[in-house]
Amino acid sequence: MALAGGMRASGAYALPLQRGEGAQGGWAMSAPLHAPAAAAAPLPADWRDFFALTKPRVMTLVIFTGLCGLLAAPGHVHPVIAFTAILCIAVGAGGAAALNQWWEADIDAGMKRTAKRPLPAGRMHRDSARDFGVGLSFAAVITMGLGVNWLCAAILAVSIVYYAVLYTIWLKPRTPQNIVIGGGAGAFPPLIGWVAVTGHVTLMPVLLFALIFMWTPPHFWSLALFVQTDYAKVGIPMLPVVAGEPATRRQILIYSILLLPLSLVPWWIGGAGAIYGWSAAVLSGLFLALAVRVGLRRRAPEDDSMKPEKQMFAYSVLYLFVIFAALVADRIWAGWK
Amino acid sequence: MSDGPEPVDIAAERRRIIAARNKVLALVLLGFVVLFFAITIAKMQH
Repeated sequence: MALAGGMRASGAYALPLQRGEGAQGGWAMSAPLHAPAAAAAPLPADWRDFFALTKPRVMTLVIFTGLCGLLAAPGHVHPVIAFTAILCIAVGAGGAAALNQWWEADIDAGMKRTAKRPLPAGRMHRDSARDFGVGLSFAAVITMGLGVNWLCAAILAVSIVYYAVLYTIWLKPRTPQNIVIGGGAGAFPPLIGWVAVTGHVTLMPVLLFALIFMWTPPHFWSLALFVQTDYAKVGIPMLPVVAGEPATRRQILIYSILLLPLSLVPWWIGGAGAIYGWSAAVLSGLFLALAVRVGLRRRAPEDDSMKPEKQMFAYSVLYLFVIFAALVADRIWAGWK
Repeated sequence: MSDGPEPVDIAAERRRIIAARNKVLALVLLGFVVLFFAITIAKMQH
């Protein structure tokens, strides 16, 4: 393995995509290959590269919110069916992530944060990533339909198309509001988890969907504020690039203000109890406090470490984990009473 | 003595990668079979 890693890291067999050719699926060698590797065909992709295509770190959040939706839903489902639902949510998310990286290989190559992914680093052929993404997506939807229910399968299919087509292909390169609509893709897991138990869509899972939908813009834009140079370099119209920092900070604040009452609605309508209600109030209050700090701030003329923005991004991840954990704790507590 | 990259047996490396991929694929397929068996039992109980 050390051998392969060393060879791969050195770029001896790398066939990096040339910028501008990616969307058409073209491949080109950007640099002469080192001897003696130059004479050989590139190595096949390692299974770890396929695993990396599924964006495992993003998948943990998807699995967590899906599991929380499933555990918080009223009713009971067989543990095997519950496991199948979560597995299909994870595999579906992995398939969508692979399709996202297939389409954005040339963009990823231009950004420091993503340049080492399997496709831009030249460790995998582009068609393999596409086939892998399509295969995972179909397997997840079919298994969900056969094992859980077809409403879940339909929502999962919509979420994959939403992320891979609506967000990745259509919106992301076209509008600075891409994240707002694209955030919906990440909001599906708790909805699917809930429907896996109940078999139908009600107001509560829609509220959980709305919670993640409203959380995504401040979460992502706080990240985009301190990595905006990368997005600008590859021509992605992220809000800070197109509308500027002050407008982005204003938008972060607006969405954070809206998030506070929205997070409390499940409590107000009686869909969740006091554990969730108080947790949501404290968590969303702190979220808003950090957003106010980011929203009213102006970047220092030089050597700005962007600490408030980085803190807000880190907290936003923690926020989602804790608020969904509180929802589950609330349901477990209600069951004990 | 040379400071250049060490010569590498490409064919052996290719075989190693493909063998590892095949093992992972076999495990995934086995997991799939076990999963559908478990789903069938769970649905029958339900």
